[in-house]
Amino acid sequence: MSQVVKMDSRREGPAVTRPVYQIERMSKSFGAFRALQGVNLTLNKGEFGAVIGSSGCGKSTLLKIMAGLMPPSSGRVVLAGKPVLGPRRDIGMMFQQATLLPWKTTLENVLLPIEIRDGKGAARAAAGRARDLLELVGIGRAEKVYPGELSGGMAQRASICRMLISEPEVLLLDEPFSALDELTRDFMNMELQRICLERHATAFLVTHSIPEAVILADRIYIMQANPGHVAEIVDIDLPRPRNLDMINTPKFGEIVHYIREKLGQEAFGT
Amino acid sequence: MTDQGYTAAKAEHPAYEGDTIWTEQEPLIDRIPRWLAMTGLMVLILGIWFGLTATGLVSPIILPGPGETWDDIVFVGRNMVTGGYVLEAMWTTSRTVLYAFAQATTLGFSLGVLVGETKFGERAVMPYLVAIDTMPKVAFAPLFIAWLGFGISSKVALATFIATFPIVVSTAAGLYAASENERMLFKSIGATRMQTLLRLKLPTGLPYFFTGLKIAAVGVMAGAITGEFLGGGEGVGALIRVSASQLNTPRVFSLIIYLSFLGLALFLMVVWLERTLVFWRKSDKPSGMG
Repeated sequence: MSQVVKMDSRREGPAVTRPVYQIERMSKSFGAFRALQGVNLTLNKGEFGAVIGSSGCGKSTLLKIMAGLMPPSSGRVVLAGKPVLGPRRDIGMMFQQATLLPWKTTLENVLLPIEIRDGKGAARAAAGRARDLLELVGIGRAEKVYPGELSGGMAQRASICRMLISEPEVLLLDEPFSALDELTRDFMNMELQRICLERHATAFLVTHSIPEAVILADRIYIMQANPGHVAEIVDIDLPRPRNLDMINTPKFGEIVHYIREKLGQEAFGT
Repeated sequence: MTDQGYTAAKAEHPAYEGDTIWTEQEPLIDRIPRWLAMTGLMVLILGIWFGLTATGLVSPIILPGPGETWDDIVFVGRNMVTGGYVLEAMWTTSRTVLYAFAQATTLGFSLGVLVGETKFGERAVMPYLVAIDTMPKVAFAPLFIAWLGFGISSKVALATFIATFPIVVSTAAGLYAASENERMLFKSIGATRMQTLLRLKLPTGLPYFFTGLKIAAVGVMAGAITGEFLGGGEGVGALIRVSASQLNTPRVFSLIIYLSFLGLALFLMVVWLERTLVFWRKSDKPSGMG
């Protein structure tokens, strides 16, 4: 099957070792409060990274710094060979809520980043690409519909398109489906995997859910608080493409158990 | 229902014989259609009114009967249709109200953006606005008359003064209404401050702005009529004052009724504009309308 080939190319292609995102010795303080300390992280081309940790471990701060929404206090933050000094075209971001503008149609919402950066003319020129993306995520027919008429899952699909429209080097996902019901969330996670594999995307996910991180990620960074730091890195060697049935395999259970232990150690101070 | 279920239920409740038919009783008052309720209340009020005046319990100088009032409404209506002095007064008041509404909208919106978007506005301007807003604004009427004379401008000024504040407050509140995620989205796609204001904050704030406009629409009417009471001139307010001093109570009633049409027209204009501009909220009922 073609999917197997994709998986292999992901693993063995020459692009695999090209680092896309690199963070070295990065720290962030808010006044006397040390939110992050000595974070090192490397995302290779086509890799799916995930960070997991309890509330207040600094994972949201990490993501904001990676997105260029907030400067680090010290350290190196480099995307595609250039230091991140602010929001960039080659960073795609997705939030907990779809955050679509209710006065714009689905298509116009997808084109918003182009409209803001390059003007309405460029947005019109990119309309074809936006339609292709809507087709890719399976809501091609909704292009003229306003967000008020979209379901939660459809709205998040549209926001995936909005993230992809500027063809970013890296996708930053801030608990993207946590506002959806569980059935939709599982399904959307599989859709996200499909889209990432198809586009050979480099992605970085922040989540509260251990199974979600395990089913999606190649590598999981377990974060702990006070100060926020990466406590452990777990490589997930489940084969691609993954499917929801894997959740019931003993291996999946072992990984989830292991991560839960690691997180629990912090929570209970053992 | 399965046989076992039936047997079990029968054993527990010997009177049980199968299908349960059970309808919820809607209270009587909920079953009365709205038009009927409204008409009923109107008939009741007219009845009491008629009773009070026809029996001579209340002097017709204080409260004229419904018939007498209706006659005067028809009389004033004829006067307006034939281009009489009431029409002229109505035209004067309408102009006052429209000028004041336009001014209050412009001024209120500008000040609202200043207060809602800039630190200077929030920290330096807003405290003064709050202080002035707590004053009884009608008390400024003599000042406006002294400064601007007995013509239409003093009334426009008073009405503008009253109606501006709700627009300032609601515009500023609207600019704060965009969510943290929406702001972050705009920042992450490299939007400038002006783009964020125009493409995100102002559209998000539109429903708030319109709430302010609806309060202002009521405010300009009150301001214009108060101005005309106190400053004379040619408006409907002046006519009401003259009629009242002549103990022509039916005239006062009919003028108030025609004035309320003017106020309603302004209000409905705002509601229509809101529905047109804030089209994405079409499922909501317009706030403030019954």
